[in-house]
Amino acid sequence: MKLRNFATALAAGTLAAVAADAQNNVTMWYHGAGNHVEGELINQIVDDFNAMQGDWNVTLESFPQESYNDSVEAAALAGNLPCIIDVDGPVMPRWAWAGYLQPLPIDAAKIADFLPGTKGIWNDTLYSIGLWDAAVALYARQSTLEELGLRTPTLDNPWSREEFQAALDAAKDSDNYEYALDLGMAWKGEWFPYAFGPFIQSFGGDMIDRSNYTTAEGALNGDAALAFGEWWQNLFAGGYAPGNSQDGADRDTGFIEGRYAFAWNGNWAAVATMDGGVDDVMFLPAPDLGNGPTIGAASWQFGVTSTCEHPDGAVAWIEHAIQDEYLAAFSDGIGLIPSTPSAAAMTANYAPGGALEVFFGLSNAQALVRPVTPGYPVVAKIFEKALADIADGADVANTLDAAVDEIDADIEANNGYGN
Amino acid sequence: MASRLTQQNRAGWLMAGPAFLLIAAFLIVPFLMAIGFSFTNQRLVSPNPTEWVGTANYERLFGFAILTLDAERDGDGAVRLKDGAPVYPSLRSYTRNREGFPKYFRKRELFSFASGDDRRTFVLATDVVFLKAVRNTLFFVMIVAPLQAAAALGLALLINRKIRGINFFRTIYFMPVVISMVVVSMLWRFIYDGQNGLLNTLLGLLTFGWFEPVDWLGQTSTALPSIMAMSIWQGVGFHMIIWLSGLQTIPASLYEAAKIEGSSRWQTFRYVTWPGLRNTAILVMIIITMQAFTLYPQIAVMTGGGPLDSTQSIVFQMVERGYGRQDISGGSTISVFLFLFVLSISLLQRWLTREK
Repeated sequence: MKLRNFATALAAGTLAAVAADAQNNVTMWYHGAGNHVEGELINQIVDDFNAMQGDWNVTLESFPQESYNDSVEAAALAGNLPCIIDVDGPVMPRWAWAGYLQPLPIDAAKIADFLPGTKGIWNDTLYSIGLWDAAVALYARQSTLEELGLRTPTLDNPWSREEFQAALDAAKDSDNYEYALDLGMAWKGEWFPYAFGPFIQSFGGDMIDRSNYTTAEGALNGDAALAFGEWWQNLFAGGYAPGNSQDGADRDTGFIEGRYAFAWNGNWAAVATMDGGVDDVMFLPAPDLGNGPTIGAASWQFGVTSTCEHPDGAVAWIEHAIQDEYLAAFSDGIGLIPSTPSAAAMTANYAPGGALEVFFGLSNAQALVRPVTPGYPVVAKIFEKALADIADGADVANTLDAAVDEIDADIEANNGYGN
Repeated sequence: MASRLTQQNRAGWLMAGPAFLLIAAFLIVPFLMAIGFSFTNQRLVSPNPTEWVGTANYERLFGFAILTLDAERDGDGAVRLKDGAPVYPSLRSYTRNREGFPKYFRKRELFSFASGDDRRTFVLATDVVFLKAVRNTLFFVMIVAPLQAAAALGLALLINRKIRGINFFRTIYFMPVVISMVVVSMLWRFIYDGQNGLLNTLLGLLTFGWFEPVDWLGQTSTALPSIMAMSIWQGVGFHMIIWLSGLQTIPASLYEAAKIEGSSRWQTFRYVTWPGLRNTAILVMIIITMQAFTLYPQIAVMTGGGPLDSTQSIVFQMVERGYGRQDISGGSTISVFLFLFVLSISLLQRWLTREK
């Protein structure tokens, strides 16, 4: 009897506590646990927001990136999603489609000058917005270009496919390098579609037909894609680039140590490269392989869940977070490209004349988001395997056909993903 | 018996209860759910309702078709040749034509063989990667199980002696077992590195530079054997301990009798040690077989199934489908298949080693 009274009291107490919190508590999950600097930055935004107004109290919980997506998906199944989540750009459509996210009612004027890759738009609706983007460039040394007698490509006038090939040949024939080009094959997973998807797009193909997102037929196995596949295979068969068995350490240090002439790498590696002693590093724009030069876009972004009880508070927090000062703080803290030109001007590296200014231009000029469809996570996996197999010498047409079949079968199994 | 077990053994049930509950919650229930999911189209993330699809998932795993093609002929009726071999019509025209050849739609070549003059029979499968995973796993089990068991027995015989410091060697041999397989796999990835890995450097030193570095994990011919060698090394200590426990149950009096009878070392092993290890041998073989079938962390860390599917394994495909491609039903189907497969092999082993 006594025990039961105690239990009742306990339950009542818990209920009361929940009720009190529910008045203004806005919960939030973030993927950056384990990164000290990132944790401080995001906590600063939350603390500032909680201090400046009295209506909402945002509480933050951080997860390690590796298990973040699993945590969100498990929480969604259990009906325990927090109010604000951050979501990786290409995954956003899947979560929106699955009903995790609700449209984000932010005034378009407020984000008018945000980089295109930072706006999470699916079905003409904004679901998420990012404080930063990332960009990929072709790392080279000025001395390499001079030594090999190569023209310096610019955003307006990038290398053509022939020029790029000539550069690789020159580097290979010089015998000064282990490999001409480091593509980063050691980085498995999302790196493949993010970094190499733009190559197939630059050839005129794609991972999926973006006109309707209901098939990959023609896009991933059409003539342009086959040409891409042959080109891709030759990078490895011709001995230009280290293949799938590349060691992660070689990826990190190969260019810095001068063993690779060129490296296809992201802005996040730029500071380490300069600190590593490559004083004359240049970040060259992607080559134009026939259909215009492209690089990948979209990084982590913030959105509001559909089960959020206080979407007003969540949106207010996101609007607070996308101020230039925070964009600049994130950029200075962890090296990301700030979403707006005005924030870029406030940063050390991306301001006009800054060491990494070129990346802002790359993001602005060449960026193309990965396929905006709920099916993307599966497409990405299939595309990665196809590229790995072709690099290992698989027949190009058969491999791309098989990838198309798998993508199409997945789309059919999901009733077209609502398209 | 049943009534005594259930009614008069309350304390026993209470003590076993927590373990029973945990096993039920984390092994039995999920497994029953997997059987259920394998007949549906359950996804990891989807707003679409889960639908019952019958045996469609199983048909996709094992779907195959046979296609016999005549070699292409030119205008004069002569067989067209390329590099001395007859040219066959492209499989693409059959496998990508849903209306014309629904039987072959979305299938891929598994293998082919000549079936007459200028004729070739192609065996097409819906899920080539899965079938390759089954083949690789079987190969892995067939090599690893006997070699690991034999190596473990050899080590056990070596250290089953009463000499000073023998525990030191026992610890050394047992060490790889207590290190996580993921860590071991990471380390061996460096050892197998194609350019300046330990193995290549060592072989180069031993042969005075004559040995050309091999990209052990990067080529189809060496990737799976490399993983096998490393797996045998990692697990051998565990089975050594089991063998050792078996060895120590054999009464010393038998060895003394054998010595008095003047039996040689081999005779002693053959007629005293080996019969005494019979039950241990059955246990070791069954455990190794079951463990080898669940080949996963090595693959996930070292090769990811590549190059060209040469190291795909059943469990790796299970995880890849279920989580990577977010197809829970597909992953569940593979897990049900694996269960039935391992179960039947274990039953077969039990039958083969039964008391006659």
